[in-house]
Amino acid sequence: MQQEYLVQDPFKTEEYMINMGPQHPATHGVLRLLLTIDGEIIKKVEPDLGYIHRSIEKMCEYDTYQQIVHLTDRMDYLSSHINNEAVCLTVEKALELEVPDRVKVIRTIVGELTRLASHQLWWGVFGMDIGALTTYFYAFRDREMINDIFEETCGARLTMNYNVPGGLMFDIHPNFVNRVKAFVKHFKTKLPEYDSLLTGNIIFQKRTKGIGLMTAADAINFGVTGPGLRGSGVAIDTRKTHPYSAYDKVNFNIPTFTDGDVYSRYKVRIAEMWESLSIIEQLIDNIPDGDFKVPTKAVIKLPKGEFYQRVETARGELGVYINSDGNKNPYRVKFRSPGFSNLSILDHLSRGYKIGDLVAIMASFDYVIPDIDR
Amino acid sequence: MRLPLFLTTIHDWLYSMMPEIWAKIVEMVLIAVGYLAFFAVAGLFLVLLERWIAAWIQLRRGPNRVGPGGVFQTIADALKLVSKELTGTIKADMFLYNLAPYFPIVSALIVLSVLAFSSTIQAYDVNIGIFFIISVSSIGVIGILLGGWASNNKYSLIGAMRSGVQVVSYELSVGLSLLTMVLLTGSLQLSQIIEVQRTGGWLILQGHIPAIIAFMIYMIAGTAETNRTPFDLVEAESELGAGYHTEYSGMKFAYYFLAEFINMFLVAAIAVTIFFGGWLSPFGITDHIIWLQPVWFLAKVGGIILLMMWFRWTFPRLRIDQILTLEWKYLLPINLVNIVIMAIIILLGWTL
Repeated sequence: MQQEYLVQDPFKTEEYMINMGPQHPATHGVLRLLLTIDGEIIKKVEPDLGYIHRSIEKMCEYDTYQQIVHLTDRMDYLSSHINNEAVCLTVEKALELEVPDRVKVIRTIVGELTRLASHQLWWGVFGMDIGALTTYFYAFRDREMINDIFEETCGARLTMNYNVPGGLMFDIHPNFVNRVKAFVKHFKTKLPEYDSLLTGNIIFQKRTKGIGLMTAADAINFGVTGPGLRGSGVAIDTRKTHPYSAYDKVNFNIPTFTDGDVYSRYKVRIAEMWESLSIIEQLIDNIPDGDFKVPTKAVIKLPKGEFYQRVETARGELGVYINSDGNKNPYRVKFRSPGFSNLSILDHLSRGYKIGDLVAIMASFDYVIPDIDR
Repeated sequence: MRLPLFLTTIHDWLYSMMPEIWAKIVEMVLIAVGYLAFFAVAGLFLVLLERWIAAWIQLRRGPNRVGPGGVFQTIADALKLVSKELTGTIKADMFLYNLAPYFPIVSALIVLSVLAFSSTIQAYDVNIGIFFIISVSSIGVIGILLGGWASNNKYSLIGAMRSGVQVVSYELSVGLSLLTMVLLTGSLQLSQIIEVQRTGGWLILQGHIPAIIAFMIYMIAGTAETNRTPFDLVEAESELGAGYHTEYSGMKFAYYFLAEFINMFLVAAIAVTIFFGGWLSPFGITDHIIWLQPVWFLAKVGGIILLMMWFRWTFPRLRIDQILTLEWKYLLPINLVNIVIMAIIILLGWTL
């Protein structure tokens, strides 16, 4: 026994813990990760939530259905329009309210613009996370145009509140169509620039290929949705599988890549930007005439029952569950946010990789912390 | 040594005023002050240049408020840093913590003294020049290691360890790539190296293919030595916050920051001296005008610095294992083979 004690492994190292966050440049918000690391190698990742918990679901129980819409802006602030749309669609479904085609088309266009803006921000931040600081400014140059369009049409750049149950808050601005067309034309020339600046870079490819491998089975078991799931070769997109608004009227593909690594998740998002541009192009010229809103009562009372609507945000599938007991306030509201499920797989994916890889894996899922921590 | 006229006047005046030993000491102090002033000005200017170039690459305006075109921006920043409170950690090893920032800056200053800015401006033309530069510049990493260790912060420690691994590895490539060129010159002394290039053309042309390979290796390794992107994982912002200088503030942080920029200047200056003929003008067009020599030197250094800044603002960052793989599996073997090729070329007389 004495012998064994002396001849121990000379390369035995000790594990230690570091706190990544709540304030850390790579977590893009107040996510706290407790990392157990051995040198540079990650042994365990424990996300610690609660730093930006605002109890949105509980607040919803004390609000009317029109007011709930405004709270959802603050969940996934980069997909605020899509979040609003999800609540409105649930309420409309419960009321069995058919909104005019004009509303559907405008919602779809604005939703795709939101997705583009979100993916642009993701691209800029992705570059920053793996050390290329310049991407951020290129992304923001293009994102600015979308924000200007939003500002003109609905008065806000980030938390838009453009949807109300029954339609839109107001009609589109007269300049909307022209500006969107100008943006699409501009961005079609700029999107290849994204590839030439970052995608083709050898260092970038070395940093992302084969990192954070996620099999399709893993992705499904952990409930991963959105570009993460499609990067593992599962072609599931709520816009296709459960079409809402005007998505059943347009042609688009679900971009999938089968490697399941950070690089394929990156490629999925880049391809999605092209698809979003194509969806906007198909719709922008034929916005039907009509009302922008169906008149609803000032106080909406949903019938008794449970209602669920799923939409595809830029990060994955957002589900809105409303349990109504027939009053003006919901009995219970539950949001199935994409970020929460996508975060749950982080530990599984990043074990055995290095700290730099963890940052790349996190960036590839595009976590928005207020969405995870409602 | 031939000196410009006004310097000769000062020299003669000093020696006529006081005994020789005192005159020598006063001269040394004057030269040291001159170098320190250059050190500070060059550091401040490089920070400003970096910000302008970053802004230019990133579609921004950059510093443009303080002074005409923002030229006083870094001076304002330096004043801010001087006046800032020096915060520290409670359980830090205070002696090492306070000592550490001086290592990089002192080593950079010593290396600066060996550089030949022109045929006359060179503080100390030591006969083992290249060897001296390599050995002294490697002292700087001790400051980073000490700072990271003494800060009592895990992020600092990870950054410092990364730095240690990286700098020790890339020292080899820097040394060997310079050695490849020393084969051509037959001397380690910087003035001799430049003299060789005056008659035979710049070394990068004389040594053609192996020299170009050596230059590329030197640039990669030199960028790694200065801890700049794509090798900036020492202070990888998105991974480690600020890396080894997380716990430093005020002037102590400024020392690290300044040393990084001066090191960049040094790497570029050595590249210019060894590969691009130092203060020599292209094809010797203005070699006889002495005051143009430092201008040529600084212009060439500026070109190399521009290249390094361009790297920094467009490349992503490598990972620690990739950095080591690059050095030990690629650069080092290529370098060793390159030295042999260079030796064969010289033996066969195939130099240009």
